[in-house]
Amino acid sequence: MTSLAPAPPPLDGRVHLPPQRVIEDTPTRADRNFTRVTTAAGVSVLVVLGLVGVFLLLRSQGAFEDMGFAFFTTTEWRMDPPEFGVLGLLCGTVLVAIIAVAIAIPLGTCAALFITNYATSGLRKLLTNLVDLLAAIPSLLYGIWGFLYFGAFIVPLSEWLTENFGWIPFFATEPNATLTGSMFIAGIVVSLMVLPIVASVAREVFAQAPPAEKEAALALGGTRWGMVRTVVLPFGKGGIIGGSMLGLGRALGETIAVSLLLPQVPEVTIKVLENGGATISGFIALRAGNDIAIPGLMAAGLVLFLMTLATNMTASLIIARSRSGAGVEA
Amino acid sequence: MTVIDRDIQDAPPPTDGLGGDPPPGRPERPVRLSARRRPTDLVLADHLTGVASAASATAVTWVVVARLTDGLGWFPFVVISYLFFVGLFTIVTTDRLGWLTAKSRLATVIVSTGAIVILIPLVWLVGYIFVRGIQALRLSFFVNDLTGVGATDSATAGGGAHAIVGTIEQVALALIITVPLAVSCAVFLNETSSRLRRPVRIFVDAMSGLPSVVAGLFIFAVLIIPFAEKTPLFGYNGFMASLALSMVMMPTITRTVEVVLRLVPSGLREAGLALGASRARVVWSVVLPTARSGLTTAIVLGIARAVGETAPLLFTSFGYDLMNANPFNGPQDSLPLFVFKNIKQPSDAAIDRGFAGALVLMLLVLSLFVIARIIGRDRGTSPSLVARLARSRGAAR
Repeated sequence: MTSLAPAPPPLDGRVHLPPQRVIEDTPTRADRNFTRVTTAAGVSVLVVLGLVGVFLLLRSQGAFEDMGFAFFTTTEWRMDPPEFGVLGLLCGTVLVAIIAVAIAIPLGTCAALFITNYATSGLRKLLTNLVDLLAAIPSLLYGIWGFLYFGAFIVPLSEWLTENFGWIPFFATEPNATLTGSMFIAGIVVSLMVLPIVASVAREVFAQAPPAEKEAALALGGTRWGMVRTVVLPFGKGGIIGGSMLGLGRALGETIAVSLLLPQVPEVTIKVLENGGATISGFIALRAGNDIAIPGLMAAGLVLFLMTLATNMTASLIIARSRSGAGVEA
Repeated sequence: MTVIDRDIQDAPPPTDGLGGDPPPGRPERPVRLSARRRPTDLVLADHLTGVASAASATAVTWVVVARLTDGLGWFPFVVISYLFFVGLFTIVTTDRLGWLTAKSRLATVIVSTGAIVILIPLVWLVGYIFVRGIQALRLSFFVNDLTGVGATDSATAGGGAHAIVGTIEQVALALIITVPLAVSCAVFLNETSSRLRRPVRIFVDAMSGLPSVVAGLFIFAVLIIPFAEKTPLFGYNGFMASLALSMVMMPTITRTVEVVLRLVPSGLREAGLALGASRARVVWSVVLPTARSGLTTAIVLGIARAVGETAPLLFTSFGYDLMNANPFNGPQDSLPLFVFKNIKQPSDAAIDRGFAGALVLMLLVLSLFVIARIIGRDRGTSPSLVARLARSRGAAR
């Protein structure tokens, strides 16, 4: 590990220090094997992710040959004659993810604040476990719950929104449109899956807010909210942003629930309250086993892969760079 | 555990310096304060304010709803009464205690609401799956497959034994692949000083956000498309599914193990190295055994994650209605696929059968989760370290 240089020769020849022992790190065979094995395991992650990109690119070549750049500007998805593109899917994916994250950020942040700054210690443990449990429930179960049951509860809300706020393009609907199977419902269900991610990242960051600063705020006569607003929230800003980005990544890639909830017809629309919409992952899941469409699906998968990769990496970087995120497991 | 508890209690109360530490040299004596003022304490009037605001908000909303409109849905009703409640509560508190306190109380109310709102869907979802699932779940579900079950048969006909067998085999295979890899990767991240650690950590993070459908698509693209016609080993089968599942499981286990390894006191490592052990020996005989319970937790969490994954299976094991106990040959069913397929059928009986599967899946995940928590509660690290962590956490309160 460390190798100490031998002592300098005595200057005047009188003082004879014992020769200093050289400590050196000579790895044994076991050590070398250990390093090799662990490094291989670590690098395998890089290799696998690289291979994912390479193979999706290879397999999707047919799609890019058929469509060229128009793949990114075409909404329809027809195989015969080949006329397909990712634009409609991309639109749905992004809209659902934005709705999900827009709901999850305030709720997740509130839950994290409550757990770290308001709850008693017993309640804190319970809530932390429940939030983790929310993350552990498979997305399939969220999907069937939303598909067969919960969606119906949102329909009156959608009606109310479109009646009263229909002048906002976001909430507009066609007259007499069906309001089930909408991106709004999908977004709400996905937000439940995003919530635990936002909440747990924010919680870990809030818990690290320096106690001295919090006490100082309280000692100066600040109220609890004053303390939270001036110390905890600024300290945890990076965590909130990073957690939201991670949640966005999860929302973009959410598959099974969305494939059940949306009709999966690609279209470009911002009318989120009415039946319609498709997301990349849900669409891929729906088309599984349909052999004609494979290059197109691979191309769509590649787009999804790159999008989530970029989002997640940005999130990791934001969390790691922020003042509070040094020791946080995102 | 008793040692730990005492250790925590003996530690000086880190934050509330009201009493002050006893001066050195004198015997410790409990310091009594005449009246301790706690600005966060709630008195009766505070509770009354809350209850009264809630009651009058509900009443006002009810009057508005009954008189002015011909009935609202439940959701607008809840939202409007909540808004009334917040408004009334703020006004009353401002009147009693001033705007500053009112603002703080308002924030408390909103933050608590957020925390409660999170839990409603959890209870709702679990309850719904339970109620729907228990109706169609019979013991025969664990014994039969779907042999001879037609579209007109009742929900209790047939069962999901083939799916359960498939899930067990696929997850077990995935574990055999993943655990050594993930643990070595975590050891690489935590116990070596390689320059590659940073990129690997970033990519492990990125991989944990990899959409699971892409994992399935990847296995499909790499193995099934080119080799399926040459050998059944690379056709649609359970083994392909476990490969895809291990891609999903790997980052979960790696990151949990890494956190656990970080908790192993470095003194133990140094002691091992100082005794002349090789690094491999130290990891194998000191670090990993110390973190044993944490490793188990990580693996259980990984299983819980993989058991419920559906999307990667659509491209790899494909699903099959009959028993296929051989994961290396031919399509195989698993619980999530069983649920997914049945739920999407137009017959009520099939949907109910799907819910029975969903209940089994949910109970499986819940029990795995509870097991992970129970094992993880007693992290196998040295008491002093746990106590130190607990203390620093207490200080943050």
